[in-house]
Amino acid sequence: MTLIEPSRRTIVAGGAALAAGGLSALVVPAQVQAQALAPTPTMRGGANNYRPGAPIVERIGGGGFWMSGTVRRAGDGAPLSGQRIQIWAHTTEGHERDLHSHGSTLTDENGAYRLEMPQIVPAFGQAHGHLAYDAEHNSGEFQTVFLRPLMASSNDTSLEAHFVLQPA
Amino acid sequence: MDKVRDAGTWLILGALIAVPIALAVTSPLLAWREPIYIAAGLAGVVGLCLILLQPLIIAGSLPGITRRVGRTLHPWLGGFLVLTVIVHIVGLWFTSPPDVLDALLFRSPTWFSVWGVIAMWSAIAAALLVAFRGKSPARRARVRRLHVVLTTLVAITTIAHAILIEGTMEFTSKLVLCTAVLVAMGVSVFTLRSWR
Repeated sequence: MTLIEPSRRTIVAGGAALAAGGLSALVVPAQVQAQALAPTPTMRGGANNYRPGAPIVERIGGGGFWMSGTVRRAGDGAPLSGQRIQIWAHTTEGHERDLHSHGSTLTDENGAYRLEMPQIVPAFGQAHGHLAYDAEHNSGEFQTVFLRPLMASSNDTSLEAHFVLQPA
Repeated sequence: MDKVRDAGTWLILGALIAVPIALAVTSPLLAWREPIYIAAGLAGVVGLCLILLQPLIIAGSLPGITRRVGRTLHPWLGGFLVLTVIVHIVGLWFTSPPDVLDALLFRSPTWFSVWGVIAMWSAIAAALLVAFRGKSPARRARVRRLHVVLTTLVAITTIAHAILIEGTMEFTSKLVLCTAVLVAMGVSVFTLRSWR
């Protein structure tokens, strides 16, 4: 029964560790901090209506809504440039399964991407977007990840999704 | 006085059903949906309205609908309810097969899918149970009790399903309709002493 009962010493030690952690967040550079950066897991339903190889586009449809985010390497958190990310959603211009609702973009030298697309509207019960990092349509250095981020409000005109990729 | 009360009952019931349907068929979301997706969503709304009517009809709580009439009407509306469930799911399937497959296999990221699928199986089971209930009075009594358990489950899980969804239903009218479903179910179970 005493297995999970913390002694005074563990609490003090834990507190000290927490304080040290908090302090390091203030003084240690971000790059060193990111050393233990965990990979982003694929989300349930993230791959639904994915269209492998959707073309790289300047903008999906008429635009008006911004999808953006970053792509980094697990472990050291190094930004990954030139990574191909596919984006799709149910928007004011089409259903998720429609080819014209899909488009891909590449990350810049800072590992950031940003693609304009039509306004996402609630479908299948939630306002949500879909994103894919597909190893087969990239260098293959990293494992495939599918994301399905939710919009905090269906009135939002932008949405962010960040990838931390696991080396293959 | 009774006539006024009866008219009032039907007026309230009519509003409980007509207002959410009217708001759903004028939802701004419809502008960005194909007809089959619109039909699928609307079938769900109609199904929810039938879940409100069913307990009231079988309990003989509605003016002009005696229990005798109710016993004839209830199975027909039950069949219609199962049909709305089928239209709902088939319509969603055409709209996005992988999302429906995830829901049916209980691996969807959304809780409302889980509640919806439980409601679907409960409704189908409740209908099949009655369709094959046999003749013996003892068996009929057992079937009736189980039918009430299953349909109560249908009502509760359908409400959870509907409330969690951001869809064509307007939120307040949806909340009022769902509350009415719970009250109708509870009152009817009590009126019919369904646990006996």
